[in-house]
Amino acid sequence: MSGAEMKRGGVIAWLREPNPHSRTQARLGQAYLSWLRMRRNPLAMVGLTIVLLLLVMAALAPWLAPHDPYVQDLTRRLLPPGTPGHLLGTDDFGRDILSRIIYGSRITLYIVVLVAVSAPVLGLLIGTVSGYFGGFVDQVLMRITDIFLAFPRLILALALVAVLGPGIENAVLAIALTAWPPYARVARAETLTVRSSDYIAAVRLQGAGAPRIIWGHVMPMCLPSVIIRVTLDMAGVILIAAGLGFLGLGVQPPLPEWGLMISSGRKFLFEQWWVATMPGLAIFIVSLGFNLLGDGLRDVLDPRNSGK
Amino acid sequence: MSVSDTSFRDSRLAFALRQGGGIVLSLAATLLGLLLVTFFIGRVVPIDPVLAVVGERATQAQYDAVREALGLDQPLWKQFGIYVWDALHGDFGQSIRTREPVVDEIRRYFPATLELATLATIFGVIVGVPAGVIAATRPGSLIDQIVRIVGLMGYSMPVFWLGLMGLLLFYGILGWVGGPGQLDAGYQMLMEFELTRHTGMILLDTALNGRWDMFANALSHIVLPAGILGYTSMAYISRMTRSFMMNELGQEYITTARVKGMPEWRVIWVHALKNVMVPLITVVALSYAYLLEGSVLTETIFAWPGLGSYITDALFAADMPAVLGGTVVVGVVFIGLNMLSDILYRLVDPRAK
Repeated sequence: MSGAEMKRGGVIAWLREPNPHSRTQARLGQAYLSWLRMRRNPLAMVGLTIVLLLLVMAALAPWLAPHDPYVQDLTRRLLPPGTPGHLLGTDDFGRDILSRIIYGSRITLYIVVLVAVSAPVLGLLIGTVSGYFGGFVDQVLMRITDIFLAFPRLILALALVAVLGPGIENAVLAIALTAWPPYARVARAETLTVRSSDYIAAVRLQGAGAPRIIWGHVMPMCLPSVIIRVTLDMAGVILIAAGLGFLGLGVQPPLPEWGLMISSGRKFLFEQWWVATMPGLAIFIVSLGFNLLGDGLRDVLDPRNSGK
Repeated sequence: MSVSDTSFRDSRLAFALRQGGGIVLSLAATLLGLLLVTFFIGRVVPIDPVLAVVGERATQAQYDAVREALGLDQPLWKQFGIYVWDALHGDFGQSIRTREPVVDEIRRYFPATLELATLATIFGVIVGVPAGVIAATRPGSLIDQIVRIVGLMGYSMPVFWLGLMGLLLFYGILGWVGGPGQLDAGYQMLMEFELTRHTGMILLDTALNGRWDMFANALSHIVLPAGILGYTSMAYISRMTRSFMMNELGQEYITTARVKGMPEWRVIWVHALKNVMVPLITVVALSYAYLLEGSVLTETIFAWPGLGSYITDALFAADMPAVLGGTVVVGVVFIGLNMLSDILYRLVDPRAK
């Protein structure tokens, strides 16, 4: 036991080493300090816990869910919460609401992850290119960004889904196409500060071309601020996806998407309130988790906010 | 700086003109881009606009005639030119469902949305600004935490779910407010015959007609959707007010005022708040614009006959001219509000360049 403790102390000492011996050690040490700062922020830790629970729920859905989310049992329809075997009650087809919420976490996560890997990449690309080249390229790209920013997101997503047709992939595409402009703005601002620094000049003198400089030396510098932005935006993505599902334009039945489940419970809101209430609570808790985590991350990683 | 007075004023004027010109140019470019996007959406959509007009049983000659009338035989760039020209003249084509010009329909639906969003913004400002100020004066206190958490909850709740929960509690269980729609069913019938629609806004119209019984009924119907929309905008406004106020209270003129013995309420609510108002204008304008978006989902929940209901109904009827016309109008209002907040900011704050 004391050996393990020694080892633990050793790892922490290695992380806190004021004169790191390698780049990895410096990076991990920095991450450790950020983690210590974040641990002091209880709300951020609540957010982190919620997001981790969502991951666990999605990963272990088949083992956690007490029932099959698709099997209908019309003899057991619209049972209230607390019925033995159905903690959160059943819906109008007799399906267990808890199980559907648990499986629904997979769909939510699927949408969030797809948007989180596609929209920021597009934004990064446009923002860095725009900031690095400046001049005419910058003018044109930023004008395009402004146009997309000028659209209310949900309305643009609605119009896009109307063209593409409803469905989970099209919903993701519509959300991603409306989500990239803020990342382009952030990346461009970062690029402008990095562009004129000495190390970029040094790389350029060594003969590196624009694509190489942008990809290898500018983009990594933009990543931290973009990642914070992504975490803060995830709640919004969840809400828009749920809104599309609710309108019947996103994920299609019988998939257990939370927004869709709310819209199916709307018909008997006043008699069987739980059908619409429970999935809404799930959306609320998850997006609150992402908001709390994003807030905490920003406080920790962005030095401009550390004073507050 | 040895700049003579006149040349200084000249350069100021030139600067202002250049800025004004820049604003107009970027406004024009943004509007053109907006039309380009909706134009493309309209062309890519897998619904044949000719078939939608003439029906399945039209002869080839009829089909061609309508195709020509709609300008679809022209090259694409020319079609876009016609589209922009028409849009500038307020022509967004005919609704496929009703055969009425889309712009007339939008004119009928828009006031209801405007009324809802305005009430919601008023609510958001009345509650959000004081909450933000109080939170900023006691950072880290219990009240600050409450304001922060209530605000974060506003960010995290799906507005359509909040609407349903509001209906369930205040209409279904407590019976304090009217249900979906603008009026009770009985009044709705009366409205068609007895109400002159001066403005299209239900509260104003009932008041102008002197029908106070109807006004009270309309009020009981609008208070819940406006309150729910207002909550989301309050979340945003209180958060921004807090951070602006924190910033202002750290300034030296505040310390000076306190040292001079000015009462604390005056320092906060008169001196500091006056300066906070400047950036707050942009925040309120932006939240007003975002309410247009929130109204799409809220209106479907509350059966509110506004632009949001119009767009979603048109969407399900595959009525693309109506969808795109509505989208353009919302986009234009959105751009207009953004621009307005920008200009107001420049006017109010001489430091902004």
